[in-house]
Amino acid sequence: MRILKKITSTRIFPPLLVLFLILLFNLIVQPGFLSLEFRDGRFVGGLMLILNRSIPIMLLAVGMTLVIATGGVDLSVGSVVAVSAAVAISLIRGGDLAPTAYTAMPLVFVVLITMLVGIALGLWNGFLISKLNMPPVVATLVLMVAARGLTQIITQERSLTTGHTPFGEIANGITLGVPNQFWIGVGIFLLVWFFTRRTALGLFIESVGANKSASTHAGIRSNVVLMAVYAVSALCAAIVGILSASSVLVVEPMNTGLDMELSAIVAVVLGGTRMNGGKFNLGGSCIGAIILQALHQTMTFYGVPVQFSLVIQAIVIVVIIIIQSATTRNFISSLFKSKKEVPAS
Amino acid sequence: MCNDVILKMTKIEKSFPGVKALKGVDLTLRAGEVHCIMGENGAGKSTLIKCLTGVYQMDAGEVMLNGEEVRPQSVTEAMKLGISSVYQEVNLCPNLTVAENIFIGRQPMRAGVFVDLPKMNKLSQKALEKFNLDIDVTRSLDSYPIAIQQMVAIARAVDVSAKVLIFDEPTSSLDRGEVERLFDIMRRLKAEGMAIVFISHFLDQVYEISDRITVLRNGAFIGEHLASELSRIDLVTQMVGKEFDKIANLQKATPKEGRKVIIQADNISVDTSIHNVDLSLSEGEVLGFAGLLGSGRSETARALFGLDKVSNGSVSIRGKAMNLNSPVVAIKNRIAFCPEDRKRDGIVADLTIRENIVLALQGRMGMFKFISRKKQEELANRYIKLLGIVTPDAEKKIGELSGGNQQKVILARWLATEPDALILDEPTRGIDVGAKAEIIKLTLELCEKGMAVAFISSELEEVVKLSNNVVIMRDHKKVAQLCEAEIDHDRILQTIAGGEEACVS
Repeated sequence: MRILKKITSTRIFPPLLVLFLILLFNLIVQPGFLSLEFRDGRFVGGLMLILNRSIPIMLLAVGMTLVIATGGVDLSVGSVVAVSAAVAISLIRGGDLAPTAYTAMPLVFVVLITMLVGIALGLWNGFLISKLNMPPVVATLVLMVAARGLTQIITQERSLTTGHTPFGEIANGITLGVPNQFWIGVGIFLLVWFFTRRTALGLFIESVGANKSASTHAGIRSNVVLMAVYAVSALCAAIVGILSASSVLVVEPMNTGLDMELSAIVAVVLGGTRMNGGKFNLGGSCIGAIILQALHQTMTFYGVPVQFSLVIQAIVIVVIIIIQSATTRNFISSLFKSKKEVPAS
Repeated sequence: MCNDVILKMTKIEKSFPGVKALKGVDLTLRAGEVHCIMGENGAGKSTLIKCLTGVYQMDAGEVMLNGEEVRPQSVTEAMKLGISSVYQEVNLCPNLTVAENIFIGRQPMRAGVFVDLPKMNKLSQKALEKFNLDIDVTRSLDSYPIAIQQMVAIARAVDVSAKVLIFDEPTSSLDRGEVERLFDIMRRLKAEGMAIVFISHFLDQVYEISDRITVLRNGAFIGEHLASELSRIDLVTQMVGKEFDKIANLQKATPKEGRKVIIQADNISVDTSIHNVDLSLSEGEVLGFAGLLGSGRSETARALFGLDKVSNGSVSIRGKAMNLNSPVVAIKNRIAFCPEDRKRDGIVADLTIRENIVLALQGRMGMFKFISRKKQEELANRYIKLLGIVTPDAEKKIGELSGGNQQKVILARWLATEPDALILDEPTRGIDVGAKAEIIKLTLELCEKGMAVAFISSELEEVVKLSNNVVIMRDHKKVAQLCEAEIDHDRILQTIAGGEEACVS
């Protein structure tokens, strides 16, 4: 009983339970939905699809979690995804060559340069927010609009495609029966987890998010911490941009990365990190991203028309958040209490 | 004075998970009286008030208001019954106008939908006139100082209801003149037949204003007394429960010969807050700071910790000139600082005791030299024991502790960095008598072990009791420095007031 209570009181339990319920629903109604088989040297099936497709939002949610933990929000990630995808593809095409042509620039450089562009954009956000004290919503909104414009400039307002198959391998190649994109997502999650939980960075982020002034008084470089989280968030977005360009070999200036920032924020909230900063839960955010993808895929699977599917998803999300809220939890625990007197300690 | 009982609370009980906060507490309020509730932090004062004002629902007991049983379920309901409160932190909307604040939620309407602004402003003016307050009610509340804001809060409370008015620590952010003004108002309201509840940590103020005192301890009712019949020492004994370990018995630290100077400030100025201050702080001594609020005491401390930029003059640490441009530099040089505003600059309320304790040490060590979880727990448990922090374990959020225990955690945070110099800005503000004495004792112990301590306090007694040297500040300047034998309560007061200009050192 005590162990059960310990498990249910962990912060990752509510999102895991929700995910479990969604999967269980599918398992009962349509067992084929979660099939997983090994075919042609790779895993295929509904479950693998959910995991792999949730990677982009998961990566954005990882960066977003850190930003939200500092009490901010990063609205620019969707546009940074677009700009990074455009940078990557135009580097490969090297100017205005035909889609089938590509420059001699090694892919490593393409990836590194794109990542640097992401970091630079993130530092810009961090600068506006920490040094100029701009509200995060405003600062990142500026970049959200600007980066979308930048994408159009780079692509000259057209869809850019490339036929460079090695580039496509970055996301679509198979390693150990699973798409590379999945491994990249898992790797980056572990890396960020390590840097926040096995160094003091996590403590600093939570401390700055919970009380910036007190943290500064305790000798923490709050501004450096802020710059760092926005840089990480934008770097995650740049990686998603590379993966997105690689998986479909095209960037559409007005479409790539659209609304992804909103999904990322929802994933973080579903994962149990509070919007006003402080304690954060990286694992929860990942589960949140998987929940979103599972919901989406469920709707598609049952042929719910897109317009309804969005509304239904919204309703489900609201319900989940209500269930997770402190008010509801207090209410539930008060139900238990009325039956059993809590002994005074 | 008419002594009709207005409100009677009997056998009030309230439990929180794991804690019984109130164990059968009685409170009787009479018309035309100021009634003070005394008790240490955690004694149940706030819980009792919150039960009365509908913030919490009590588990057992009854409340009789004018002979009728009431059970307010919300603040609004309590207000309608005639029970209002004015908190320490003014809980109004700073961005609304004064008039809007007074009438929020009950604005006079025109045609049922539109707020009747002229009428509201006129009524507000009238409500404030009662308190001799003639201000522009159409300006936003935050354009006025905190004392005025508090008056507005009182005006609102009185205007809404006029039976029971509760003042919860209303004076902690006011200066002497403002406190006087507040007390005048309280006396006037009292004369009008209101029952007034006053909660404060300042004994002087309690005796100045209250007619009756109810003492609580650990959630239990200890007694109700007429203020005139209860001596201070009896009151404190009742609050603390054990024979109060008086500060009076403590001995000052005895500075050793040939002690080293840790911090030396020569002629430092900070833009608008301090001018040409000299001071030196040596190991094993307590350097007290006396002066009124805004005289430059706290500002000097901030400058020495690198929080405010020194515009002129120089600071050296252990004889080495320093460019103190950030707390990071100060902490690297083993200076520690407990800030005055504990809530805003001290505690990180959302984090645990353990995390709050390791924060500064980890900050100094940097991100990569991570203090392992095990080591963190060791550190936390060591200081919890050493400073007597009352908590079930180190994983409780600091925000859930009482003021005194929060202050001890902040002290622990700095002691963990093993500082050479410790700057304490109002370390005993807003904490109970027992914890106060403990913190003062601890300061002396640290000093005996060779730490240099700068001690800033509004309570002159403490400064006199502790300090080997006292810096006296007035109007952003250091006006005098007294050492050992010269330190005397009256002499300091005179100097603060401007009677003595000579700089004795």
